Amino acid sequence: MNHTLTSTRRGFLKTTGYVSLAFGIPLDAALSQTAAVTAKPRLPGDLNTHRKLNAWLRVNANQTVTLLVGKVELGQGILTAVTQICADELDIDLSRVQVISGDTALVPNEGVTAGSFSMPYCATAVQYASAEVRAILLDLAAEKLKQPLDTLSVHDGLVSAISGEQVAYWDLVSGEALNREATGLVKPKPAHRHRYIGHSVNRVDLTPKMLGQAMFVQEHRPAGMLFGHIVRPPTYQAKLLSVNLAAVQKMPGVVKAVRNGSFLGVVAKREEQALAAAKAMAASAKWQVDKVLPGHEGIFEWLRKTKPNKLIDTKTQVRVGGEPVVKTMQATYQRPYQMHASIGTSSAIATLGADGVMLIQTHSQSVFETSVAIAKMLGMDPAKVRCQHMQGAGCYGHNLADDAAADAALLAAAVPGQTVRLQYTREQEHTWEPYGSAMEIQVQAGLDAQGHVLDWDLQVWSTPHGTRPSGEPGNLLSARYLEKPFTLPVPVNGGPPNYAADRNAIALYDFPGHKVLTHFITDMPLRASSTRGLGAYANVFAIESFIDELAAAAKVDPVEYRLRFLKDERARDALVKAAKAFGWADWKKTEGRGRGIAFARYKNIAGYCAVALEVEVNRRNGRIRVLRAVASADVGHIVNPDGVSNQIEGGLIQSLSWSLKEEVKFDDTKVLSSDWASYPILTFSEVPPVEVVLIDRPGAPFLGTGEASQGPTGAALANAVFDATGVRFRRVPLTPDRVKAGLSKT
Amino acid sequence: MISFKLNGQSVRSPVAEATPLLTVLANDLQINGSKYGCGKAQCGACAVLVDGNPVRSCTAPLSSVAGRAVTTLEGLKDGKQPSRLQQAFIDEQAAQCGYCTSGMIIQAQALLDRNPKPTDAEVRSALDGNLCRCGAHNRIVRAVLRAAKGA
Repeated sequence: MNHTLTSTRRGFLKTTGYVSLAFGIPLDAALSQTAAVTAKPRLPGDLNTHRKLNAWLRVNANQTVTLLVGKVELGQGILTAVTQICADELDIDLSRVQVISGDTALVPNEGVTAGSFSMPYCATAVQYASAEVRAILLDLAAEKLKQPLDTLSVHDGLVSAISGEQVAYWDLVSGEALNREATGLVKPKPAHRHRYIGHSVNRVDLTPKMLGQAMFVQEHRPAGMLFGHIVRPPTYQAKLLSVNLAAVQKMPGVVKAVRNGSFLGVVAKREEQALAAAKAMAASAKWQVDKVLPGHEGIFEWLRKTKPNKLIDTKTQVRVGGEPVVKTMQATYQRPYQMHASIGTSSAIATLGADGVMLIQTHSQSVFETSVAIAKMLGMDPAKVRCQHMQGAGCYGHNLADDAAADAALLAAAVPGQTVRLQYTREQEHTWEPYGSAMEIQVQAGLDAQGHVLDWDLQVWSTPHGTRPSGEPGNLLSARYLEKPFTLPVPVNGGPPNYAADRNAIALYDFPGHKVLTHFITDMPLRASSTRGLGAYANVFAIESFIDELAAAAKVDPVEYRLRFLKDERARDALVKAAKAFGWADWKKTEGRGRGIAFARYKNIAGYCAVALEVEVNRRNGRIRVLRAVASADVGHIVNPDGVSNQIEGGLIQSLSWSLKEEVKFDDTKVLSSDWASYPILTFSEVPPVEVVLIDRPGAPFLGTGEASQGPTGAALANAVFDATGVRFRRVPLTPDRVKAGLSKT
Repeated sequence: MISFKLNGQSVRSPVAEATPLLTVLANDLQINGSKYGCGKAQCGACAVLVDGNPVRSCTAPLSSVAGRAVTTLEGLKDGKQPSRLQQAFIDEQAAQCGYCTSGMIIQAQALLDRNPKPTDAEVRSALDGNLCRCGAHNRIVRAVLRAAKGA
């Protein structure tokens, strides 16, 4: 069943005339980070922190339903999934659901849209809220029709009694009907009664994008909008000594040249004028530059020798008794800094209004916390900064979206009453984003005579994976360069159950002895923050490469070897189904070709995913061609099968790109990977066919999908290359040069 | 003053001739179908057709389209209906974030115009200079092949 929906952000914003039962949450309440929830029953998902039904749903006089969510669309399809759920539970047509998301003045504060949390937290809340609102509406209908509740049925919002009498949702609701706390006691429908959930539905935002409607913040063009550009320092540590602002101020179209400490920017009437002025400004600026970076080749040595802020015992499970260790194996794996590398550079639009409110349109993943950070940076009341989410290009984590919002606000504050649009250059995006941290992982295993693992000992060396705004101006890039600079707060590593640097560092395998130690280093040679999967990508790469090494040493099939230690039935199922779809059992080895498999359950609490790959390695030039890929995914009850496939396949391809090609290069002062030529990513001719096997679990909790395939893919690649060549590569990316060098040693 | 045809309509632009075509399209003519991605003709997000040929509008100066016909994503529509290629992209759900999509559709249209029945490899080759970060490549290829099949 394929349903097509069209709707636009502007459509959402135009929704008016709803029955007066829901009100915008006051700005200060929406911004409040903590809701008083103690001593109340736990409600499903984010209903627990935003308990009023009318915080989530409005039933409108115009025969629509408005769904208000704090999670935002990043290209992952969340707004489509919640639309399906809302329509199903309310018994209305999909086209009646209009979503407002990520407006700090209007929607529940659901924190950051990240970590594959949107399905378990937001979609679950929407499901229970919608089911309960339906029950309330049916009660109202029974009362109005004077018919017993159990004689009523609903079709597309029209309630019918057996007697033939009818009343519509839109005519039922008045006053305070939904201004009440959810009880969480109304159970959602059983899976067999779903009309939309479990069926592939066209994404609500894709059709307008394919027809050229304005859908991105980059296409939002308020009348009279001015254009901003900023000038970044030549290096992270540089300090501005002098700049000729007066000359820039006289350039064509320039409205305002801005300097605040080492922060430089310009506002002009036209974009090309702003860019020209920024170039002139950069040319006239004199900076003090320090040489302090270890360089991309020196980063792993730097990780080992730098004193960690914390040594974290991520897991300590000492083996009691059992056989003696007869053999020990050890290996070390490395992942360089890697980029989010959005196709569209980050952008934002800001206006300091006559009412003193700074209104910012942004593609931030964390509109609530970013608005607070920006308020503090500007010395404003947090209630006076309002962020409205609008879509940007896929971000895959904390990229420069929030910094663009902050920079647009800094420029807009310099021209009160005027709207300023800012979009970074490609060089700014590539060289200033907070990368996925470089990491080194060492794994050691104590084995018995059959090659079974007795003791597993893993250590992680990593810089932070979370420097999101979090309400702190020091996390905003430009705030650190202001005349009164804000300092970067010391980052913390997330603890259980999600973890951060040590995300997925605990193997899901059942080993008798199992230790994980995390060297959490808070110094940051390069700016680093959350990148799709956080530590999971490198940790799974290490674990699943090493388990493959152990299997090979034991001369046991790698699938069979994993199953020795994998007790979780759903995990076993995911692994076996991927192997089966790949044709693992019947696969025949040929010269130059190899196969590899790897598995992980993201965060050990989200989606299960196994990836199997076949590769061909050219020994002459070191090139790896990935011939085909298979992924299995168990993400709980599937809402939109095509959406899940898209995420799993997309994550797999992105991870292949990381694993084959991507490494941020830098010298002792600055990042050298400044465009797509110096930081290449996978292209069409390099992308293999991908088969995704979905394992549906109707009625099971939503587990989250978006990061599940990142980890297994990297390891499956290295395992396949080992199978093809007999050489183990333990450092990503597996570039032709690196592979050629590795093969020449054999 | 530079005059050209934009999606069949005559337009005139008074801005400096060296201004990138993309800037004029996006900021002056409210065109969404060409997007800034790199400014260096490396990614294809800004692709438009100039006299039927795919051109990177971020590096093409306004003067380069004087007297020519520029077609953007908006101009591919068949009246108010999606073009066959656009419909194929919708049917295949050939995107995740959709930022690169308009450039993909433009580049694929140029391919189909000169080679109505391309092979999978020919589609990949034609799109190899258009970058997608979300990993929607295979869907995009299927959409182009679907449109070709329906031709």
